[in-house]
Amino acid sequence: MTFPRIASGRQLAAAVLGCCLLLPGAALAQSGKTLKFIPEADLRILDPIVTTAYITRNYGYMVFDVLLAVDEKFQIQPQMLEKYEVSADKITYTFTLRDGLKFHDGAPVRSADCIASIERWAKRDVFGQKLGDLTDSWTAVNAKTFRLKLKKPFPYVLDALAKPSSNVPFIMPERMAKTDASTPVTESIGSGPFKFVKAEWVPGNKVVFVKNADYVPRKEAPSWGAGGKVAKVDRVEWIYIPDSATAAAALNAGEVDWWQQMPPDLIPLLAKNKDVKIENTDPLGSIGLLRFNHLQPPFNNVKLREAVLAVVNQNDYAIAIAGDPKNGKPCASFFTCGTPLANSAGSTVLTGKRDFERAKALVKESGYKGEKVIILDATDQPIVHSQALVTADLLKKIGINAELAASDWGTVITRRASKEPVEKGGWSILHTWFVGPDIVSPALNSPLRGAGEKSWFGWPNDPKLEELRDKWFDAPTLADQKKAAEELQLQGWKTIPYIPTAQLIIPTAYRSNIPGIIKSPVTFLWNVEKK
Amino acid sequence: MLGYTLRRLAATIPVMGVVALFVFSLLYLSPGDPAAIIAGDIATEEDIAKIRARLGLDQPYFIRFGTWLWALAQGDLGTSIFTGLPVTTLIGQRLEPTLALTLCTLVVAVALAVPLGVIAAARAGGWIDRVVMAVSVVGFSVPVFVLAYGLVLLFAVQLEWLPVQGYTPLKEGFWPFLRHMILPSVALGLTYMALIARITRASMLDVLSQDYVRTAHAKGLAPGTVLVRHALKNAAVPIVTIIGIGIALLIGGVVVTETVFAIPGIGRLVVDAILRRDYPIIQGVTLLFSAVYVLVNLLVDLSYVFFDPRIRY
Repeated sequence: MTFPRIASGRQLAAAVLGCCLLLPGAALAQSGKTLKFIPEADLRILDPIVTTAYITRNYGYMVFDVLLAVDEKFQIQPQMLEKYEVSADKITYTFTLRDGLKFHDGAPVRSADCIASIERWAKRDVFGQKLGDLTDSWTAVNAKTFRLKLKKPFPYVLDALAKPSSNVPFIMPERMAKTDASTPVTESIGSGPFKFVKAEWVPGNKVVFVKNADYVPRKEAPSWGAGGKVAKVDRVEWIYIPDSATAAAALNAGEVDWWQQMPPDLIPLLAKNKDVKIENTDPLGSIGLLRFNHLQPPFNNVKLREAVLAVVNQNDYAIAIAGDPKNGKPCASFFTCGTPLANSAGSTVLTGKRDFERAKALVKESGYKGEKVIILDATDQPIVHSQALVTADLLKKIGINAELAASDWGTVITRRASKEPVEKGGWSILHTWFVGPDIVSPALNSPLRGAGEKSWFGWPNDPKLEELRDKWFDAPTLADQKKAAEELQLQGWKTIPYIPTAQLIIPTAYRSNIPGIIKSPVTFLWNVEKK
Repeated sequence: MLGYTLRRLAATIPVMGVVALFVFSLLYLSPGDPAAIIAGDIATEEDIAKIRARLGLDQPYFIRFGTWLWALAQGDLGTSIFTGLPVTTLIGQRLEPTLALTLCTLVVAVALAVPLGVIAAARAGGWIDRVVMAVSVVGFSVPVFVLAYGLVLLFAVQLEWLPVQGYTPLKEGFWPFLRHMILPSVALGLTYMALIARITRASMLDVLSQDYVRTAHAKGLAPGTVLVRHALKNAAVPIVTIIGIGIALLIGGVVVTETVFAIPGIGRLVVDAILRRDYPIIQGVTLLFSAVYVLVNLLVDLSYVFFDPRIRY
């Protein structure tokens, strides 16, 4: 046999190369300006009502619009609405839509779309469920006007409809909004400032939006989710880059324009580049938390929870998570610091001297016999992992037999649903974090509930907490609401459903040629130019 | 040989069946709940339970396995739990980048490794041999991601010759495509280059000590002709085998490379799916990988006939 293979291989390679070179340099070049944005996570689910995932919420803000929105002064402003009226008895709310609102398929936004969307949202969202419980009826007066009739006055109707974070009451076409609330919608038709290009969606890599030329923005200046949503670029590409070092290099090299959330340890690397700006654009940040399992020993004993509270130092957690005091600070309130209901009632239990001797005495007093304590640790989530390490160290110092259960986040969120003892796959402590808007009030703060097994994971049973929460719902004025929130917080420090660990700001980094980024707890992509 | 090929192809069916059963069972037993991930961090247990029921994840093992197997028998790999897109669509979106990366890596590795291995064997004990072996040791020792970051820093960030990340499909032009492939292929290819170069050298040394090679030299044939036409051809069987194994190893290797260079390939697809417990994708991609592995092995076996006439099937 001769040795023709090399020659054949060479010919084949030449043929392949030739073919490749002959291919037209396919012109997928996009006309207009394209903003390339690295999002905080990969977009997987296209229904912001089915999931509370923040990335889906952010997608929702691109594609859908809202009736009302909160501005930077915490004032509720009309967004899709022209106006709203409240009857003197505060039972009836009449909403009127703005002119010119259209869905991406060209259909006008009608009252029926709004009613169906709100009703679907009210089945899923915790605030929406409260509103739903008090709703007598929704009625379409005409194509542009619709009416809500309550069973009794509820001072938070507008707050609920203006909810800025998950689940946001986005408005969808009626046919989409008629989908079961647990089943994801299959279309991506909204009336927001950008249109989703499903054909170009590559999950795990790229999400493409184009400007909605039919969108009629409000005249007011943008302020958080309120005001004019003016799309100033023709196309937005979300490019998901899972590796932080690669994302930093891509921003440095100008391959992308904006990196939504960068790890603090990479700040020095990017700070050297004069064309890159690093800012804290989120005024509220996120709140870390240490959650006890109230169903199982040993933390079903309040003495032991008090022992942990006595030694938690928020500065330690802030440094562990954020690495730099500029990006992490104490927040000794159950409500996001910097918002109207944040307060310091009873907070000295967290801000006072950290007392290890008292903690040890409380451990002894609790009758703790050295039972194993399992701290869930998601090593692929830096915020969770950092908190878990600090907590494990603290518990050991006060004589608690703590053990980290290291796994990925997917495993943690499954295991945290277990109500079993630790020997049977249960847990004792978990850590997570909530973005600021998600815990600004008793209506939203899920971990502050005391409804036993109906509560969020950890299942604290504290009827007094529930009673005070209901009292807050009935508080008619802001002063009354603040007072009720303080009472709720005082009760929280008594029974300790969870411990807030720190308020974190995750910085954003962007090229200096994209002015107009809105400072807000949610990342919005309107108003951003590309020069 | 046709009969052998058909028998081997038929044998892939039970192999794939075992793989399917093993993968499904493993996923069933592993911790994790996609419903909890879909629902999000604030969701209640009731929300999660509703989603679990909608996805059929509350069904017993045999019903879930039977449903999946029945769909598979009809060529349906299912739909992603998260995106709702068919698994075949997701694999189709990711196939080109992974194939491109694998082929480019193989081209880089083989084009460098075989000549280097041959030269090292021909100059065994000399400085060229020592240099080639030293490079091989480096290739084996340096993790792919370290090399990848080094290449990015030098060629993309400092010199700005090549892009940091991403993938451009071939249909958008050969040069844009190649620009995005150079760094990942070199980063991934070095390990395989080291592997193939060492095997080539060892195999060549074995062949070069044979009588017929001495005879060829005695007949006055040019050294290059002896090396390539006589020695390399006879040393090819282990080299081709290791290239085949290399393709299987590449399947694992592309995961890291695709992540570092943000290439939307199948490696990242399956890793993301594992982290989210997107079972249909994990099952579909595992089946695909096992089919590729079986086929590559078959092709390697068949290729022996061309290199060694003594082999008959």
